Amino acid sequence: MSADTHSLPDSSFPGESAAHAAPALEPAVSSAIAANLRPCHHCGTVWEDAHDDARCEVCHSPLHVRKIDSLNRTWAFLIAACIMYIPANLMPVMTTTTLLDEQQDTIMSGIIYFWVEGSWELAIVVFIASFLVPLFKLVSLIILTVSARRRSSWQRLQRAKLYRVVESIGRWSMLDVFVVSLLTGLVQIEGFAKITAGIGVAAFGSVVVLTMLASMSFDPRLIWDQDEDREEQGPDENTRPSQHADLQEQQKKDSE
Amino acid sequence: MERDTGSRQQRLLPLTVASLILFVIANSFPIVQIELQGLSSQTTLIGAVKVLGTEGMSLVALLVLATTILFPLLQLLVLLYLLLPTAHGVNRPGIRTLLRVMQMVRPWGMVEVFLLGVLVAVVKLSNMATVIPGVALWAFGALTIVLTAVVSFNPRYLWRSLVIARMEDAGPVKDGEPVR
Repeated sequence: MSADTHSLPDSSFPGESAAHAAPALEPAVSSAIAANLRPCHHCGTVWEDAHDDARCEVCHSPLHVRKIDSLNRTWAFLIAACIMYIPANLMPVMTTTTLLDEQQDTIMSGIIYFWVEGSWELAIVVFIASFLVPLFKLVSLIILTVSARRRSSWQRLQRAKLYRVVESIGRWSMLDVFVVSLLTGLVQIEGFAKITAGIGVAAFGSVVVLTMLASMSFDPRLIWDQDEDREEQGPDENTRPSQHADLQEQQKKDSE
Repeated sequence: MERDTGSRQQRLLPLTVASLILFVIANSFPIVQIELQGLSSQTTLIGAVKVLGTEGMSLVALLVLATTILFPLLQLLVLLYLLLPTAHGVNRPGIRTLLRVMQMVRPWGMVEVFLLGVLVAVVKLSNMATVIPGVALWAFGALTIVLTAVVSFNPRYLWRSLVIARMEDAGPVKDGEPVR
């Protein structure tokens, strides 16, 4: 039942076993494209000499060298996100109605409220999650797509790291959407105090979703692609030397 | 680079079951209750989604529903199904579709973000009314911790067991023990 994975032959997992053999940073590694290798983007199996419409035989998903239409899709989501960013910050996210008055809050005024009230720790958390993170994501993704389109060799490693940061922090900007939803659900004391969600929340939520979609459709391998036949690549996670021997072994076993 | 998460697999099934139980508790009890001059009001997560839906914010309601309830639940159920031992071994029906669904859904489950949202909301309200934390708040806290452990499991490991099964079918070893 619980087979020990370590006792299995390493060669069955070309991608992962090679990771240990290859030094992480070694210049002039040949790319998977040059070696005619195709990784399956779903299950991670690497295939050799696959033709264009081939499907991965393990998980039956189509094989691609790079994510399809990556830059165009990323751009589309990015532009939509930039447009939605404006109403997300200007429109009220919630309206508080009490016996005495009615108050509308935008994202920024909520942060200022916390700051003035003295809970500056929360003010900082909300400021980072709802203001800095979306802005940072938009700017970083624009930098990444522009430089990937130009096949720029500028700061490759830094850009790859930037992408990983963008991927991991993206979800946290959902914070304000949850806060407003919960407040709306909770504060429903008729005639006394009532909180309703404003249109800004919808816009803000869409910014978060759109930037997440944009960063998912961006293919970080494009950062390492160079001009022309994309012959040489940098030390990407996806390009590792010494895969071939392992792979041929697997292929041989597969064909049997 | 990723560490081999294979050795964690044995621990994963109990964690998944624990998460499911916590998930049910977290969603069936009120998260917080507020008291304001004798009047009180409380809500569950689904209650908040319903209110949003009736206020014409159905898209936001859907987003909250999906990221905090549907996707985490889907992920847990799929994982439970895939980890429960069966006679089929690795090749249980629908494993490919389910694994892909799981990978697709993975970034969209946001229980931990929601927990932070609850805390921010509680602080926001505490100036205005008396806030009493409910059972579900603690359940959500625990769920976040357990879920972090569950989600850090890489589905690639299950894919790999498919590769192994495939190679064994092709090779001389046939009808061997189910490899997981």
